[in-house]
Amino acid sequence: MIEDKPEAPRRRFHPVYLFLLLPYIALLWVPFYNRIEPSLLGMPFFYWFQMSWILLGALCILPVYLSEERRK
Amino acid sequence: MSMAPNPVTLAVFLGLFALVTGLGFVASRWRAGDLSQLHEWGLGGRRFGTWVTWFLLGGDLYTAYTFIAVPALMFGAGAPGFFAVPYTILMYPLLFLVFPRLWSVAHKHGYVTAADFVKGRFGSKSLALAIAVTGIVATMPYIALQLVGMQVVLAALGMNFSMTLPGFGAVDVPLLIAFTILAFYTYSSGLRAPALIAVVKDMLVYVTVFAAIIFIPAQLGGYGKVFEAVPRETILLAKGAAGNLGAEFAYASLALGSILALFLYPHAVTGLLSSSSRHVIRRNAMILPAYSLALALIALLGYMAIAAGVKASPEYADGFAAFGNNFAVPALFLKMFPAWFAGVAFAAIAIGALVPAAIMSIACANLFTRNIYKEFINPGCTGAQEAFVAKIVSIVVKFGALVFVLELQSTYAIQLQLLGGIWMCQTLPSVLIALYTRFFHPLALLAGWAAGLIAGTWMVAELGFKSSTYAIHLFGLTIPCYAAISALVLNIALCLVLTPVFRAIAKPGRDETRAEDYV
Repeated sequence: MIEDKPEAPRRRFHPVYLFLLLPYIALLWVPFYNRIEPSLLGMPFFYWFQMSWILLGALCILPVYLSEERRK
Repeated sequence: MSMAPNPVTLAVFLGLFALVTGLGFVASRWRAGDLSQLHEWGLGGRRFGTWVTWFLLGGDLYTAYTFIAVPALMFGAGAPGFFAVPYTILMYPLLFLVFPRLWSVAHKHGYVTAADFVKGRFGSKSLALAIAVTGIVATMPYIALQLVGMQVVLAALGMNFSMTLPGFGAVDVPLLIAFTILAFYTYSSGLRAPALIAVVKDMLVYVTVFAAIIFIPAQLGGYGKVFEAVPRETILLAKGAAGNLGAEFAYASLALGSILALFLYPHAVTGLLSSSSRHVIRRNAMILPAYSLALALIALLGYMAIAAGVKASPEYADGFAAFGNNFAVPALFLKMFPAWFAGVAFAAIAIGALVPAAIMSIACANLFTRNIYKEFINPGCTGAQEAFVAKIVSIVVKFGALVFVLELQSTYAIQLQLLGGIWMCQTLPSVLIALYTRFFHPLALLAGWAAGLIAGTWMVAELGFKSSTYAIHLFGLTIPCYAAISALVLNIALCLVLTPVFRAIAKPGRDETRAEDYV
């Protein structure tokens, strides 16, 4: 093996990054939300569940952003 | 087509179009820079702050074609069309995590394209060329699709007069005029033009969307009625059977593959690199989802079109005959909106085609100039020559797309764009993974890229270029998977296997980047 250049002093993994996984778990597990009930104002679960993750997804990034800002 | 133009709709549309044309030319003086330098013309001087980047990326990633095609898919196929929603949600954590690294390293070394980075990282001209060519070839049909989106709107406006040009046959005149104007202000203003126009475009899109989701369901009897009109068999994804992961798996793979492809596309990279700091990208990962909400609501317009019964209306029969389900949303607007507001809505879509088309052509021009012209044709070129070549290429690319749409059927553009996403995904190990590690040998990356391209293209060809969800049979299990993902798995597997082999044969090139350049 050829030796690589020494990589950056790796920042230690911080558990706050796990927040970024939540949207992937929620939205890629399709059988969970592929259903009609509970519907909301006539909108099947399939649609309103995914749409609510638009806001939740952005909110999952926020703690990571704030934590990075604080650690700087 | 024989739709009579409504004078009010047309006047509003033309007024808004004239406004953005003016903006396009004025843009060259906005935050003025020396436009004879490539990073000034092709990246707007890397000066765009959080809000301009928000408008620019919003206008860039959520294209006119998306606004036409996603509801058209919902209108025709139902639930599978909604994959655009998880796709545009899940791209942001990735954007937040990965792309500040690309911005930092590009800023440090003056990279303008993803291929510039690959060359710097691996010291391999051939790998950089492969990345550049993939980007250009995948983006061309995407530009052509923006024209298709515009064609649908122009037809709905009743503006479809054609004239016969020698050697070209019948040419759609309004489309030709719109694209000529676009070509000229892109030439003179570079990336500043779409950035400024994007502000107007996005505001028109938001106004249209919010009017549509309030006004149209009210006329149709509420959202409950809208969803009741959707056929029961397509309102959800089909459940998988025993031994078959089914449509649910295909849905997830399509969302995931689309994310990976999107940020590798040259126009996305251009948009991201034009921002003024890595923090602009991080903040945008939190505020760009506002466009996903607009997209989700636009997707639902497809269901509103079903509930409004546009397909049964004889006055829209010509439109559906010419453009298929892509005519669903224009027909819905014509039927449900007052004439003047239909003009606003159509302007939103047509201007929505101009922004990404401009950015895509600039991105292709940057790739050609940096990674083909300067690398192989004229290595000693000056900065001014470089910018001049890019400007000319941006015009050539746009007219190439125009000829493509006018001469070939738009179905070819759609099929090529389908392939384009699969091809772009194959550059992931060389670009995204390379932001973290230089483990892969450049020759292994090249081999994996080639295998991914061939396998992806073969799978789509097997499906008659109609779909990109190819069923793989593994251990008695049927896995319907987006071809970009299965090809990428093969690609990465090959990179892993071949890296030790190539390391034994040839020393990889020099890495000009340093670990601290990325943070």
